[in-house]
Amino acid sequence: MRRGNIIKLVALVLLVAAAVALSIKPLVDPGKGIPLGLDLRGGVHLVLQAEPNKNGAAITRDDIDKAKAIIEKRVNDLGVSEPIVQSDYDKKRIVIDLAGVTDPDKAVDILKTTAKLTFRDPQGNVVIQGDDLKDAKGGQGQNGGYVVNLSFSTTGAQKFADLTTKLIGQRLGVYLDDKLLTNPTVNTPILNGQAEITGYGTLEEAANHAVLMRSGSLPVSMTIAEKRQVGASLGVDSLNKSIYAGAYGLIFIFGFMLVFYRLPGVVADFSLIVYSLIVLWVFWMFRVVLTLPGIAGFILSIGMAVDFNIIIYERVKEEIRAGKSLRAGVESGFSRAFITVIDAHVTTLIAAVTLYYFGTGSIKGFALTLGVGILASLFTAITFTRLVLRWTVGISPKMNTTWFGVRRDDV
Amino acid sequence: MKTGHPATYDEVKKIHPLYFNIVKKRYWWFVISLIVVIPGIISLFMQGLNLGIDFKGGTMLDMTFNKQVSQAAITDTMKSVGLEGPVQLSNGGTSVLIRTEALEEAKRNELLGALQSKVGEYNKASLKEDKVGPAMGQELTRNAFWALLIAMGLMIGYITIRFQFSFAISGIIALLHDVLVVVGLFSLFQWEVDSTFVAAILTVFGYSINDTVIIFDRIRENEGKLKRLDSYEDMVDKSVWQTMRRSINTVITVLIALFSIFILGGESTRLFSLAMLIGVFSGAYSSIFIASQILLEIKIRTKKSRKGGKAVRAS
Repeated sequence: MRRGNIIKLVALVLLVAAAVALSIKPLVDPGKGIPLGLDLRGGVHLVLQAEPNKNGAAITRDDIDKAKAIIEKRVNDLGVSEPIVQSDYDKKRIVIDLAGVTDPDKAVDILKTTAKLTFRDPQGNVVIQGDDLKDAKGGQGQNGGYVVNLSFSTTGAQKFADLTTKLIGQRLGVYLDDKLLTNPTVNTPILNGQAEITGYGTLEEAANHAVLMRSGSLPVSMTIAEKRQVGASLGVDSLNKSIYAGAYGLIFIFGFMLVFYRLPGVVADFSLIVYSLIVLWVFWMFRVVLTLPGIAGFILSIGMAVDFNIIIYERVKEEIRAGKSLRAGVESGFSRAFITVIDAHVTTLIAAVTLYYFGTGSIKGFALTLGVGILASLFTAITFTRLVLRWTVGISPKMNTTWFGVRRDDV
Repeated sequence: MKTGHPATYDEVKKIHPLYFNIVKKRYWWFVISLIVVIPGIISLFMQGLNLGIDFKGGTMLDMTFNKQVSQAAITDTMKSVGLEGPVQLSNGGTSVLIRTEALEEAKRNELLGALQSKVGEYNKASLKEDKVGPAMGQELTRNAFWALLIAMGLMIGYITIRFQFSFAISGIIALLHDVLVVVGLFSLFQWEVDSTFVAAILTVFGYSINDTVIIFDRIRENEGKLKRLDSYEDMVDKSVWQTMRRSINTVITVLIALFSIFILGGESTRLFSLAMLIGVFSGAYSSIFIASQILLEIKIRTKKSRKGGKAVRAS
């Protein structure tokens, strides 16, 4: 019994050490590791709010979907590694997270131009909506000079064909919201949906107009309701600081547990390592984006995971004082402490879930880390801590109870 | 070795070298809490909270200039583009925090351009910018309020099922106490409140009720063993002391974690961790000194009125 348990414990210690050593690389890998939020590596968070249509028409789910698809395309052109574009149908919003974008100003510049593009006849009537335009590109024209090449969707091509047939020799207005962008003259009917606006002096001018027309193809106008921008070096700075804070917090908690609980303190410290590994791997698996409040939530949850150990050990001490043997004390102390902890953790979990449900942005991240932390601490305590404690007290039935912090004269 | 039995009240008293009767002094604890809470409430009514742009809406720019700059240079430049708002300098006059109305992109670029040309070069990689439209701020407040209310309702429900209604009410009062302590102190000292403050308050919420439930669990356990002539007061005092080591050790570990975030976590999490430090401390205090004592008061009062009813019937 005795030697077997020691071997098992040593094997477990080695196993945990190996797990830690093997986990570090995949977890912190910049590409595939735990994704870092923009406050930890710089980037932009944008909330675009769809403005009500001027003619009073309701904004439909379809409008939001279309707008989202277009924004996604533009975001992908930026070359950000893990962009997040989410739509909120109820509030008619699109949320964009670009963590790690190198030039946030430029990104905002490209995304912000969200005015509604329309083509109008000389009388000012809207004849084609921007969402019929598939693409617009700046380039060099066949007869020299610079041009914007337009390509229309199937329905757009049809409309454009009708329109250009009707308006030969007249001017076609291209508007962004109510601002005239350009008004080229229609030279020939364009039937295939591929048009060319000529007469630009420079390539840059043509490209700019192309960007505006592309961006203008959103079915609704959108404004920036919220913007959070963090410079890259600032993010790295925050990340380093919170890693320092976490490391020192852990070291002090480890020391505290060792001093106050001795042998079980060692078990608690080991449980904490296992707990941290579980939480981090859960983050990794579900691609939980780690933010600054999220890290704070994680560090706090370490404090709460220790609580479980403290409750168990205090209870075990009481059971031993009440005359039980060490092993019986551990067993009954564990099951009794478990009832206590379940009630306490469920109430905290209620707070975390409510927070997650109602919270936005960084609050959601915080609630998630807290919730994952609570569940992981329950899991670690039931499986790992209990097993290790059993093995430890199984080493010798005559094990000195002072190792558990119970004085002989107490008993 | 004596034969084993569950610890008696006297034994519990003996184990703790610093034992004193917490229950008998309960009105003192109530007074201490009121001394902290009442100025906070008055301040809340008089000056309210120092709401950041997350709630009010606005633009906040955190810039680091390559050389030392002056407050006047910044405000003058802001005026030149038609803007005003509070400016804070730190880090020996190189870090500048500008708060102003919610800026459109064009206006924002105009301001940054003017600052660059008139005040000096700034580090673009360490620029931090927050813009919150006014509608978003209202939404945040509303959501936070609902989250608190619903969480409270659910907690009352859960504790009533697992314990009793009187436990739930006492727990919630202790909880509101902690929230008031944090919000009150933030109002009193006019520390800025942002969206992470809401997260801090909700954590305090979770922590405080967690801490209280641990003690309630012991009261529930001891209440079951209570004999007819045993004093409820002594039982509560015993329960509080039986869980004392745990209460103190746990709050110490959590405070260790929070202190390390507070000291090492950098400027952006400082007020967030401060709110949690105050809240967790208050949560531990209220679990020991407020929640169980209020439970006792409720128990004594409901018992008295029941006895009174019997007396009337007897006469």
